[in-house]
Amino acid sequence: MNPPRPKPKLDAENRAFWTGGADGKLLIVHCDDCGQWTHPPRVLCRHCQSENVAPTPVPGTGEIDTLTVNHQPWAKDLEVPFVIARVKLDGAEGVYLTTNIVGSPVDEVQFGDRVRVVFEQQDEIFYPLFEKAS
Amino acid sequence: MAREAYITGVGQSEVGVRLPRHPLLLTLDAAREAVADAGLTFDQIDGVFSFPGKAAGYLAFSPVGTEDVIEALGIKSKWQMGAMEQPAQLAAIAMAAWAVKEGICRHVLCFRTVYEAGGMAQPEIYMPARSEGVSGASQWTSPFWATSAACWTAQYANRHVHKYGMTREQLGQIAINGSKNAMLNPRARAITKEELTLDKYMSARMISSPLCLYDCDRFSDASTVIIVSAGDALDEIKATPIRIAATAGSVDRYSWDQVEWPAAYETGADLWKRTDYTVDDVDTVQFYDGFAFLPITWLEGLGFVGKGEGHKFIEGGSRIARDGELPMNTAGGQLGAGRLHGFGFAHEAVTQLRKAAGERQIPGDPKVAVATSGGGPMAAALLLARD
Repeated sequence: MNPPRPKPKLDAENRAFWTGGADGKLLIVHCDDCGQWTHPPRVLCRHCQSENVAPTPVPGTGEIDTLTVNHQPWAKDLEVPFVIARVKLDGAEGVYLTTNIVGSPVDEVQFGDRVRVVFEQQDEIFYPLFEKAS
Repeated sequence: MAREAYITGVGQSEVGVRLPRHPLLLTLDAAREAVADAGLTFDQIDGVFSFPGKAAGYLAFSPVGTEDVIEALGIKSKWQMGAMEQPAQLAAIAMAAWAVKEGICRHVLCFRTVYEAGGMAQPEIYMPARSEGVSGASQWTSPFWATSAACWTAQYANRHVHKYGMTREQLGQIAINGSKNAMLNPRARAITKEELTLDKYMSARMISSPLCLYDCDRFSDASTVIIVSAGDALDEIKATPIRIAATAGSVDRYSWDQVEWPAAYETGADLWKRTDYTVDDVDTVQFYDGFAFLPITWLEGLGFVGKGEGHKFIEGGSRIARDGELPMNTAGGQLGAGRLHGFGFAHEAVTQLRKAAGERQIPGDPKVAVATSGGGPMAAALLLARD
């Protein structure tokens, strides 16, 4: 049994990202003026500084940009190995998420794999993990 | 002609694991050695600069602040600076150089004290209190158990494996080279007790692929002090001054996962825009190696080799050996000589340029060195020259 995941402290900027999974949505801050995406989430657009921004659903699919197989148990009873990956999100140009790839043996996870989000709930937080799409 | 800045003194405490000596006393040891090296006394010091300043919530990481040093050493400071929000560790020395060039200070004491091993033995004093949750940059990695910079660096390293064909045998040369040099460094005795072989490296347990145990530096207790002096104050100095010929640092995004390339590439390119020296002039490099992949990013970022070629350059280890074309991490680096957190690279660069490195001294007449610090989205570098 894995220990509980480190829990993000919710605030005005990050709440939508960490709780959007309750509605099955992966929410990334989108600018309604310039159309670009800001992640980590902010109360303004990091490209044009517009305040006309809102957490906006993205498809929840993407591609593994890079990954590592982690073997070190960083917490007591943490089950290893597991995959930590950086996923390049579809539909949100320039945004990457660090995440875990679940549902596949670690040696079957490769660079360039197509993945889709699966949310893991722990209290009010919905952690966006990813699994292989095919 | 504009005033120049020089490193005029270097000092280091004992380097150990769980040293009983109080970190302020380790700082005193290093400071005494550095001012004596320069030929100065504490009352001639008029500035104190550090990275990252006292970390009140995590004293093991940085147990001593500039104000502790000013108080304890009786320094009359005209300017002080200790901050985490700098491009990287060596940025504190770069800023000291600007302070003396500007005429604000004549002799600045720059220090980095770490107590990350001893601190774990006294967690109630030195370790962070259990927190209610993660915030800031770590909230984007820790929830996925990417709690260590090892995991973040590993993802960059693994991309080199995937995209450019880097092998473990190649990567391992950083730690192997470090251990060989550390064996000749009296201050590394507590960290490296025997030379690392390729066999031993290849059979080490994995931490976060492709980084194994020997690719990660080890928590240490130590203080390193660098004295930076104004060019018009050199008549007070007895040691060979080493000129700070250029400084560079950069942070594009304060994020390990939203940048395509580590900041070493931008900082590396910037360093050469501020000097007439080129990579061909460099006699030795002291590259931050908190994780073994980072020196590869500096080799590429500074343009010693092209992007994606760093691992080929270090293959077999002969080019970066003490008698190779580009001697690297000649005191052992952090992998071999302990996690001094950046300042050790400036210390060793100066020591080599003064030809004072004893058994580990590189051959010839070294005049130019690069010292670097940082990793991922943060980077700072110094170009040092003996005139």
